[in-house]
Amino acid sequence: MINVSKIKEGIVIDHIKAGQGYKIFQQLGLDKINDVVVLMRNVPSEKMGVKDLIKIETPLEINFDILGLIDPDVSVNYIKDGKLFKKVKLTLPKSVVGILKCPNPRCITNTEKIANVRFDLVDKKNKLYACEYCEARTKL
Amino acid sequence: MLKDRNLIAPTDFSVDEIEELMQLADRIVEDPDRFNEAARHKVMATLFYEPSTRTQFSFQTAMNRLGGSVIGFSDPSTSSTAKGETVADTARTVSQFVDIIVVRHPKEGTAYHIANNTDCPVINAGDGGHQHPTQTMTDLLTIRHYKKRFDHLKIGVCGDLMFGRTIHSLVNTMSRYEGVEFVFISPKELRMPEYIKETCRDRNVPFTETEDLESSIPGLDILYMSRVQRERFINEEEYLRLKDFFILTRDKLDKAKDDMIVMHPLPRVNEISTDVDEDPRAVYFNQVKFGMYVRMALIMKLLGLDEGLAK
Repeated sequence: MINVSKIKEGIVIDHIKAGQGYKIFQQLGLDKINDVVVLMRNVPSEKMGVKDLIKIETPLEINFDILGLIDPDVSVNYIKDGKLFKKVKLTLPKSVVGILKCPNPRCITNTEKIANVRFDLVDKKNKLYACEYCEARTKL
Repeated sequence: MLKDRNLIAPTDFSVDEIEELMQLADRIVEDPDRFNEAARHKVMATLFYEPSTRTQFSFQTAMNRLGGSVIGFSDPSTSSTAKGETVADTARTVSQFVDIIVVRHPKEGTAYHIANNTDCPVINAGDGGHQHPTQTMTDLLTIRHYKKRFDHLKIGVCGDLMFGRTIHSLVNTMSRYEGVEFVFISPKELRMPEYIKETCRDRNVPFTETEDLESSIPGLDILYMSRVQRERFINEEEYLRLKDFFILTRDKLDKAKDDMIVMHPLPRVNEISTDVDEDPRAVYFNQVKFGMYVRMALIMKLLGLDEGLAK
């Protein structure tokens, strides 16, 4: 097993469903960070069997909406002086702004340049969100 | 209070607000001439990005009968859209000239987009296959006129239930009233979409689905007809087999209640045979007139012009 040392200051995104780690990595734009970022895939987990894990060695402002959209079951651990000082449990956001794109080609948001389109959660089970303009449903 | 509001989707108005609108519409139906100065000096813009002669005429005559004036276009190639202007910019500009905007556009969500970019009230006159709320208000005023109520009605809706936005809006709106029951009559290929049925279930509104128009008619208070379109079928034989099930003829009305009403958003093609037109239960042409009256009421309400009117 590969060993990755504990971080002194930063964020650990834990309990990511195996296979979702890369998606979170991309959506949070972690490839643009100059500090140390580690994406671990298929890490053995007692609770989950296998899981993905991301360690970010810098205090970063996380977009919880994006994270909640991809996987509301992940936990975000904030580390300071090598110790856990804050743990954030995520939920599926009720609405998100500027993250999703309307899949409906007949929607005006795909013709005019409309920034910050809001999508509201309409189907919790299937994580479906409706476009505020045309009500077409989509997910991340 | 409906003053300064927009009407983008039929459910933008609560049951109480619809009642408020209908009460004014009732007064207009009773004596339209009384309101012929109500919108004097007010200007309405009709921005029609696709042709819809009937809807545009209805809005224009509504404003004219209120004593107001109308500007607008029915062909975007004659507006600055042809120069590449966005819909939002056109609306922002036009809103500097007028008191109220009516918009029809093939793209879904356009009326909402315009409402977000202007200060004056905006009425959606159809945004693609999405919403057409004034058709719903027209249907409601027609139902109110003939049935005197919105609750405890058994409503049959027949035809293309899958793509018929008018029908979706009507079911969505009417399912908010107590004791309403639906019969969805359509070929199985054109059945009511699941999300509309979901709304009925959520509101505990009973409904049945059938392919048989004739046997559904007895017991209905309202029969709402719509067109079954040939182009929706992949199989021509299937279309030919089913199309006659959905043609309302005079003899099919024999078993209907005496006070049942037959409605249709028009234009009709062949789904109601012309011999039904003479039946007193056929109200679809009167429906057009109620459309004008309800638009008069709507314009007055959104502009706050009924305030101070003697009851």
